[in-house]
Amino acid sequence: MRDPVLEIRGLRVDYGLGDAAVHAVRDVDLTLHRGEVLGLAGESGSGKSTLAYGLTRLLPPPGVISGGEVVYHPVDGPPVDVLSLSPARLRAFRWADTSIVFQGAMNSLNPVHRISTQLLDVIKAHEPRSAAAARLARARDLLRLVGISADRLESYPHQLSGGMRQRVMIAMALALEPQVVIMDEPTTALDVVMQRQILGQLAELRQRLGFAVLFITHDLSLLVEFSDRIAIMYGGRIVEEAPAADLYRRALHPYTDGLLHSFPALRGARRELTGIPGSPPDLRAMPTGCAFHPRCPRAFTPCDTDVPPLGRPADAPGRDVACWLHPVAEPVPR
Amino acid sequence: MRFLLQRVAFYLFTAWAAITLNFFIPRMVPGDPVQSLISRNQGRISADAIESLRVLFGLDKNQNVWEQYVDYWNQLLHGDLGLSFTFFPAPVSTVIGDSLPWTVGLVGITTIISFFLGTALGVGAGWRRGSWVDGLLPATTFLSSIPYFWLGLVAIALFAGPGSFFPSSGGYEPGLVPAFDQYFIPSAIQHSILPAATILVSSMSGWILSMRNMMVTVSSEDYITVAHAKGLSERRVALSYAARNALLPNVSGFALSLGFIVGGTLLVEIVFSYPGLGYQLFQAVGAKDYPLMQGIFLIITISVLVANLLADVAYLLLDPRTRKS
Repeated sequence: MRDPVLEIRGLRVDYGLGDAAVHAVRDVDLTLHRGEVLGLAGESGSGKSTLAYGLTRLLPPPGVISGGEVVYHPVDGPPVDVLSLSPARLRAFRWADTSIVFQGAMNSLNPVHRISTQLLDVIKAHEPRSAAAARLARARDLLRLVGISADRLESYPHQLSGGMRQRVMIAMALALEPQVVIMDEPTTALDVVMQRQILGQLAELRQRLGFAVLFITHDLSLLVEFSDRIAIMYGGRIVEEAPAADLYRRALHPYTDGLLHSFPALRGARRELTGIPGSPPDLRAMPTGCAFHPRCPRAFTPCDTDVPPLGRPADAPGRDVACWLHPVAEPVPR
Repeated sequence: MRFLLQRVAFYLFTAWAAITLNFFIPRMVPGDPVQSLISRNQGRISADAIESLRVLFGLDKNQNVWEQYVDYWNQLLHGDLGLSFTFFPAPVSTVIGDSLPWTVGLVGITTIISFFLGTALGVGAGWRRGSWVDGLLPATTFLSSIPYFWLGLVAIALFAGPGSFFPSSGGYEPGLVPAFDQYFIPSAIQHSILPAATILVSSMSGWILSMRNMMVTVSSEDYITVAHAKGLSERRVALSYAARNALLPNVSGFALSLGFIVGGTLLVEIVFSYPGLGYQLFQAVGAKDYPLMQGIFLIITISVLVANLLADVAYLLLDPRTRKS
C-alpha cells in the first residue's frame, strides 16, 4: 500500500526571475502513494495550483521551477525524473502517466471540436498504432464509464451542461489509464448536488481502476470525506499533513484548525463558525518566520523569527506538521 | 437553415435598398448626359443630333419618377444597364464585362495570397512570441499604414521607367490581342507584378497582426493548457487547437474583404492605369457617365452583399456555437 508513485522533493516554483521573483511554492515535499487520494487544501494564492502546474511542467510564463525534483515511479521500470525529461519524453509522460482535470470545467474543452475529436486525439497521440475502430470503442466506453451516453460523442462542448463537460474531462483524464490523476478544483464551478454526484463517481472509478489522485481544493470539508490523506498548504509551504480522519478530529496547526472551523458540519452538533482573521500573505513580502504568525491566535516567541520545519511532532505520531507549538521530534526523512 | 434564410432575406432587402438609392442618386445630380455630350464635343453637334440623343437616352418621354423607377427595374432584370456615354455606343454591361476580369484577376488573387500568407505568418508570430516573425511586426504595421496609391507611386518611381522590366501602366503590352496564348499571358503577368506587390505589401500586415493577436489571446485559454497536458505534439496544439480557434475572426474578415475586391482598390488601378473596374469608375466619374457609374456601383453593392453572405456561411461552418440546433 505504501508504495510511492509520485514523489515531490524540495520543489520550488518562482514567478519571475532574479530579485523580482515571487516564490509561490517553497521547498515542498509531498509523496503520493499508489492508489490513494491525497487532498491538498489551502486558501487562494497558497500555491496549490502552482504546485500542480509545476510538477507537470505546465507552468505558464513567467513561472519557473527553481529547484527540487519530481520523481515518478512507473509500475514497471526505473523511476523517472519528470523535471529533466526531454520534450518528446515529457509529451509521452503527460496524460499517459499523469493526467489532469483542470479548474475551469467550462473552458477545458475546445469549443470548435466535437467531444469525439478531443477524446480520440489524445489516444491517437499516445498510441499511434492503434486501430481507429478500437479508439472509437474506447472513447465510447470512457463516456459510459462516467455515465454519459455514447451518442454524446458527436456533440460539441456547448451542447453539454457544465456537469457533463466536467465528466467528459474526467473520462478524458482516464483515457490512457494513468497511474496519477491530478484534480485541480474539479468541482468548483459546479453546484453542490453535481459536486457530490461527480465525486461519488470518481471514488467508485478509483476503486475499480486503482489510480492515485492528487485532489486540490480550497474546500476542506470535501477532502475530509473524500481523501485518504490531507496536506494543508499556506504561503507556498506544506504546513500540515495527516490522515484525513486524524486531521479532522484534531488539527495540530492553528491554520488547519481555522480552516476546519470555517465550514459547517453537515451532521453532528452545531458549532460556532469562526473563520480565520486577516488575509493571505502577500507573496512579495512574506512575513519572517512562520508565514502564518501575523494571523495566528497562538503565536509566541520563535514564530516571528524562525521558520518551523515540517516533521513528526513528538505528541502526534504518524503525521507531519510545521508549527512551533508541536516541535519536531524527527525531521521527515528525505 | 432557418438562420441562413433569414440572412438571405435580409440581404435581398439590402440589395433592394441599394439599387433604389442607385436609381435616385444620379437623378439628383445637376446636369444631364446630353448636356455633357454637348460640352464634350464643344458645340459641334447639330440640333437634330441633340434631339436624337435625347430620344436615345430616353430623356424625351417626360415620365414621372415612378414610371422611370419601374422601367429601371425592368431593364435591370433583363441585364440591360443602359448605354455608356464615354464608350458610346457600347452598352454598360459590355464595358463592365471587359474590365471586371482584370480587377478580379489582379485584386482577387492578391487578396487571397495576402490572406493566406498573412494568416500563416500571424500563426507563427503568435505561437512563438518574441521570434523573428514577431520582430517584423512593427515594419509591417508601418507598411500597412501607407496608403496603396502612394506606395504605388513610389514603386513606379523606383522600379518602372525606360528600359525597366516593370511597365508603369496598362494591363498588357499595347498591340497584343487579349487571348489565352503565349504572348498575352506573360505580358499580363508582367504588367500585374508591380500593382500586385503594392497591394500585397500594404494589405498583408493587417492579416498578420489580427491573426497574431488572436493567437496570443487563444493561447491563454484553458483548452490550450489541456491540449499541452494531453501530450499532443506542439504542431497539433498550435494548428488544431490554437490556430483553428484564432482563425474565426480572420475568416469573416477575409470573406468581407472579398466584397471589396471589385471596388476597393480604385486608387491602385488609377496609379497604374490598370484597365480594371476601378479605373473605369474613375473615368466614368470624370465624364459624368451616369449609366456606367450606376452599373459599377451595382456590381460593387452586389459583391459586398454576396461577400457578407459568404462570411455568415463561413462562420456557420467554422464555429459550431453559431449553429442553433
